[in-house]
Amino acid sequence: MHERVKHLYNRFKQTARLMVGLPDYDNYVEHRRTTHPGEPIMNYEEFFRERQLSRYSGSNGRIGRCC
Amino acid sequence: MSNVVPRVGWFAVAIVGAIALGTVALSRGESINAVWLVVAALCTYFIAYRFYSLYIAEKVLRLDPLRATPAMRYNDGLDYVPTNRYVLFGHHFAAIAGAGPLVGPVLAAQMGYLPGTLWILIGVVFAGAVQDFTVLMISTRRDGRSLGDIIRTEMGPAAGGIALVGVLLIMIILLAVLALVVVKALAGSPWGTFTVFATIPTAMVMGIYGRYIRPGRVGEMSAIGFVLLMSGLIFGQHVSQSPDLAPLFTYKGETLALIIIAYGFVASVLPVWLLLAPRDYLSTFLKVGTIIALAIGILVVMPDLKMPAVSRFIDGTGPVFSGSLFPFLFITIACGSVSGFHALISSGTTPKMLENEVQGRFIGYGGMLMESFVAIMAMIAASVLDPGVYFAMNSPAGLIGADVASAAHVISGWGFVVTPETLSQVAQDIGEKSILSRAGGAPTLAVGMAQIFQGFLGGKAMMGFWYHFAILFEALFILTTVDAGTRVARFMIQDLVGAVVPSFKATQSWTNNLAGSALAVLFWGYFLYTGVIDPLGGINTLWPLFGISNQMLAGIALIMCTVVLFKMKREKYAWVTLLPTTWLLICTLTAGLQKVFDSNPAIGFLAHAQKFGDALAQGKVLAPAKTAEEMSRIVFNDYVDVGLAAAFVLVVLSMLFYGVIAIRKALASPQVTAVEVGGGEVGHA
Repeated sequence: MHERVKHLYNRFKQTARLMVGLPDYDNYVEHRRTTHPGEPIMNYEEFFRERQLSRYSGSNGRIGRCC
Repeated sequence: MSNVVPRVGWFAVAIVGAIALGTVALSRGESINAVWLVVAALCTYFIAYRFYSLYIAEKVLRLDPLRATPAMRYNDGLDYVPTNRYVLFGHHFAAIAGAGPLVGPVLAAQMGYLPGTLWILIGVVFAGAVQDFTVLMISTRRDGRSLGDIIRTEMGPAAGGIALVGVLLIMIILLAVLALVVVKALAGSPWGTFTVFATIPTAMVMGIYGRYIRPGRVGEMSAIGFVLLMSGLIFGQHVSQSPDLAPLFTYKGETLALIIIAYGFVASVLPVWLLLAPRDYLSTFLKVGTIIALAIGILVVMPDLKMPAVSRFIDGTGPVFSGSLFPFLFITIACGSVSGFHALISSGTTPKMLENEVQGRFIGYGGMLMESFVAIMAMIAASVLDPGVYFAMNSPAGLIGADVASAAHVISGWGFVVTPETLSQVAQDIGEKSILSRAGGAPTLAVGMAQIFQGFLGGKAMMGFWYHFAILFEALFILTTVDAGTRVARFMIQDLVGAVVPSFKATQSWTNNLAGSALAVLFWGYFLYTGVIDPLGGINTLWPLFGISNQMLAGIALIMCTVVLFKMKREKYAWVTLLPTTWLLICTLTAGLQKVFDSNPAIGFLAHAQKFGDALAQGKVLAPAKTAEEMSRIVFNDYVDVGLAAAFVLVVLSMLFYGVIAIRKALASPQVTAVEVGGGEVGHA
């Protein structure tokens, strides 16, 4: 029961964050560790800034929201 | 045996849906409960999702669970991330949900709730959701590339270039019409204006907190923002009642338009972390939360619909938008049943996060069904109002006069009996001076939502709070769109101009940044300002233009989908996209041509220009113009609108031309010619 609630809460948090363009940080760290071992990993603050800038940079005509 | 239970279940859903639809469609003379509309919509969605979307997934697109998606192939933990489908659904829905599906149905309610509801349901099943789903899959099979890119590779560089110009035109008209909705909602309303202005310092506090104090804590930032937002909302009432403060926040439409234009410029130049990003967090969460609350509200309160099923205005003489049911009802509803803009989202971030191809059905088709449900709720919110109140709010002052007595008299004359006292009482309930001629959809929706919310939270005393809460909710995400859209328009302008003057392309340069932003703001600001001073109330002129441009983009996206199906040698199934393409082209072309050539000055821009031009030549001044100079400005604006409508028609026709060429080529070729990547087992490369 406790596990289930925790899992749902995590999913909820992930959904809310992705809604504003922020993917899962733990997943990013995990990905860098396993597929690019030894290469630098952004800390959370850098990760946050990088994602924020990329969401609104509008490069290559990307439109992230609708009317 | 194991098949029997689900079959019986789906049969039951179909029966319930048919009964609900029948009740909605056939009841006359007495009001019906909103729940019938909800049940009819939900059953339609379930059946369409279970059967039609599955048919598209399995037969038409042949989704393959073994084919690697871009998220799998390019996983970088940033842009390309295999994402749980429910999480991704939330992301996709938050990106496609906006003001469009809220405003369109409210305007369309002038013809009664039935025509609009039917189109919202039929349109989403056969056009809107098909478009979103197909574009999503086509982009997924091309590394998540954008719509413009895909058109360029599948239909040639000329078609790609025309599509890009089309998208820029849509952006401009979209930003103008959305800003106009905000202006219409805030003009003469100190409570609303204060609350919306307060979002700017609120966002800045959040921005600084999330940048320097507790970097990246989105939850904490949003909680702080929400508290400040609600404080602003509550203090706004105090402002509106204070004789000293109220005048500081009471503006005419013209002034508000200039403020928003200046704001759009400044906001698009400021760093994103300070204003745009934090406000985006707030508006996204508020938007999704309010939509859920509205759904709960409708189910708890179960309001009756007071609007007739079909009003007398299906003949095209209605005060809210001009033109007959075909094509203008379809143009007006736009986003709630099919939105071309979604083709940009479906070929944006979502395809880069799909875990598995087969999940595209839930996210693409399912996401659009959800959006359509938002449109149904907007239709309900507009229809729970007394029709007399609805028409008082949505008719231009030129028709109903500027005081409650004349408005009640004119509207009662239309057959919607209403007393001046009722109109004053509603204004007083929601804490406003007047509700007359507040076109644009937002105020009407806000009164409807306030009526639903007060039914289960707070009662009548809370009407004013809920009304301004609803205004704030709409204004907040519209302004976020204006800000983000100006930025996108700026990059697009820099790209287009940069093709001629290469130095203009450098997006880091401050000169380019300022010049590009100024151009973007100038374009939409022009249409916004002409909308504000428009004699017919602006929305009347601009919303159809927006609808045409949006449906035109959907037409372009669906032409591309059809071309790709032919190139995949799946022509046997191409009717799935050909059907909505044909309908949208007929709608947009008819509407576009009528906007240019119709002899009725309320519909055709040329006729309108001629009417004012002739009067000017005879030295007469027609209302609402007060001087000869204003007269000539109206004529000039008409010609600009002619140019715009004609441009939309030309874009559609040229895309059709390139589409036909590409289809003929595909038919002539014995092989698959679609340019996909990552085919693997399926074998098209």
